[in-house]
Amino acid sequence: MDADIKIALVGNPNTGKSTLFNLLTGLNQKIGNFPGITVDKKIGYCKLTANRNAQIIDLPGAYSLYPKSKDESIVFQVLADANNPSHPDIVVVVADATNLRRNLLLYTQVADLNIPVILALNMTDMALKEGININIDKLSERLGVQVVAISARSNTGLTQLKQAIVNTTPIATQVKGADMNMLAADAIKDVKAMVGTDNDYFALQLLHQHEHLERYTPAQYEQFEEIERVHHFESSKLQAAETISRYRYLSTVLSGVIEDTGAVKKFVMSDRIDSIVTNRFWGFFIFLFILFFVFNAIFSWSSYPMELIEESFAWLTQMGHAKLPPGILTDLFLDGILAGLGGIVIFIPQIAILFAFISILEDTGYMARVTFMMDKIMRKFGLSGRSVVPMIGSLACAVPSIMSARTIENWKDRIITIMVAPLVSCSARLPVYTLLISLIIPNERVLGIISLQALTLMGMYVISILAAVIVAFVMKLIIKSKEKSYFIMELPVYRMPRWTNVLYTMYEKSKTFVFEAGKVIIAISIILWVLATYGPPKRFEQIEKKYAAIELQKDSVQISTLERDKAAEKLENSYAGVLGHSIEPAIRPLGFDWKIGIALITSFAAREAFVGTMATIYSVDNSEGNEGTIRDKMKDAVDANTGLPLFTFATGFSLMLFYAFAMQCMSTVAVVYRETKSWRWPLIQLVYMTVLAYIASLIAYQLLK
Amino acid sequence: MKLSQLTPGERGTIVAFTDLEMSVKLMEMGCLPGEVVEVERFAPLGDPMAIRVAGYQLCLRKNEASVIIIS
Repeated sequence: MDADIKIALVGNPNTGKSTLFNLLTGLNQKIGNFPGITVDKKIGYCKLTANRNAQIIDLPGAYSLYPKSKDESIVFQVLADANNPSHPDIVVVVADATNLRRNLLLYTQVADLNIPVILALNMTDMALKEGININIDKLSERLGVQVVAISARSNTGLTQLKQAIVNTTPIATQVKGADMNMLAADAIKDVKAMVGTDNDYFALQLLHQHEHLERYTPAQYEQFEEIERVHHFESSKLQAAETISRYRYLSTVLSGVIEDTGAVKKFVMSDRIDSIVTNRFWGFFIFLFILFFVFNAIFSWSSYPMELIEESFAWLTQMGHAKLPPGILTDLFLDGILAGLGGIVIFIPQIAILFAFISILEDTGYMARVTFMMDKIMRKFGLSGRSVVPMIGSLACAVPSIMSARTIENWKDRIITIMVAPLVSCSARLPVYTLLISLIIPNERVLGIISLQALTLMGMYVISILAAVIVAFVMKLIIKSKEKSYFIMELPVYRMPRWTNVLYTMYEKSKTFVFEAGKVIIAISIILWVLATYGPPKRFEQIEKKYAAIELQKDSVQISTLERDKAAEKLENSYAGVLGHSIEPAIRPLGFDWKIGIALITSFAAREAFVGTMATIYSVDNSEGNEGTIRDKMKDAVDANTGLPLFTFATGFSLMLFYAFAMQCMSTVAVVYRETKSWRWPLIQLVYMTVLAYIASLIAYQLLK
Repeated sequence: MKLSQLTPGERGTIVAFTDLEMSVKLMEMGCLPGEVVEVERFAPLGDPMAIRVAGYQLCLRKNEASVIIIS
């Protein structure tokens, strides 16, 4: 859609800014990137009138133009730089009418940058219920801008807001909020001359924030520093003075505009819920119960759609092989690309469900309480209260959990959370665990009731969580960060979740995952397919000859398994198979042979591949018949060097530990790259997890064998 | 007296801050000198704490609350 005007939404967190964005743009939105930084840029389009369209950009929530996190620093970067591609023609400041004074602090800062601005008072219906009367006309007159009362929740005031946007003149009309010349007049004068602006506040902000901006030359940065030195510019002191003078100004503006009649009653409900939910005793119980419910839902609600997806892709592949002309291109398309696509789409149900719950818990205000309760524990391990949700979510799948770590403001806390989340045993490890446990652990009960196998399975989960916590603690000591960890956070009033927001979140996160992580997964799937399908030509010729000869003999026993045996032998001699053989010396000390080596290689893309690969490879040894299950075949497997059963307790346990710790998931690598916007972190993660897996398996095998 | 020393239900008026950098963040969130604050509750493990200030609920760690001097 062509847009003739650019609008930015700015406001405090919890003001309903995103709800307004969703209302204005509908599904007509996309997520892009601000160049060079790890912040999503949400852009949408909106029809203002019959022939006028606006591009709307949703900027991260902030309490002031002085950033507390990387996300927040975007606000000033976009608003201050007229050459920034996202620089708006009009700013709509969204303010929570139930807490107007604090919300207006950001407004006065934005207004002083002298961009045309509209003030949208959200939750006016809520404010009225709480006995807060706001005289909109008087406020508008005093601020010198259009003020529009809206309620994004009940979808009122939108037409008026659009009208106000159309009415806005390109020349800013607002009254100045604070006179910056009271604070640092001489320094401001120098900056104005240096960068050629006539805006006092812009000049002052440049002095405060030039370190975070990338648009000046080294010489200019030196000039900024020089101005700071000459005028003894003390950033924190001036910020404090500015904040006080702005609040003083706001008190005058709001006197006679706001009338609060029922201030006492309004938090009763929220307080009552808090006294139960964050109760010393019940608090953790309720939290655990909710977690259990969410975790269970991710598993049980997704099982049906996941089966459906799996079956549909299997059906598609089957149909494809039947209908399409046979050949390499068909195979590549069906077994490479389509299989890769299936591997991505299968995650959508779990991602959608996890994010539906996260969005509900965030919207209601409960998430803020969880971080409040857990902060002290998590801080001991280098994490923060906000790491709880991603860590728990990783029990289902690390991919959506790493995406949800974005709510962590502090860079170091967020990186550590992302780095350890994949250690928590995800659902893809479950089939590997269950298969191996059934092989090496006898189906017996301890004390008559507790199944030894279930106990082992639980043990694997406990080991994985312990590993995550220990690694987090180590990283806390290693990673250096200048950024101070703050935990000054608003605890919003409890509210009903907005179901449309929940739906948008589910849609948006699934879409992001499919398009961003999907590219990488498909590429890797194709590479793996090629490696597993092709081999050194000489070996493949020999196999072809061998099976052609068998076919001529028409031995009925051999014919029945011919196709499968041929496939298995081809896999053994494919590049993947050759690789398996070549890594055997390295994995021998862990108790693995070259066949497990192939599984390790195919599992590099996704650990789910383990069971399937094992099934294919172990068909080779089983030339007498194909009746047995994979489990039986693996049980009968014999170590070629010793002649003893291959899957002993030592090998099985060592293999489980390897799968518990190793980074065998392309989706995770891709998503970590996407979230950190650098290959550095996914590479570090890949290396440390592989080393950890190797050492753990080595110790386990050498001790147990 | 420091804000972190109050018990739930107790009130005080902000007088000053002992840490300049922290004071900037706190003031942006509405904790201004002269503002009345009330301690609402402590987290189950005793830290952080939730306070009522400027018409809303704010949570902060005890070491952050200890820079707020109240009377």
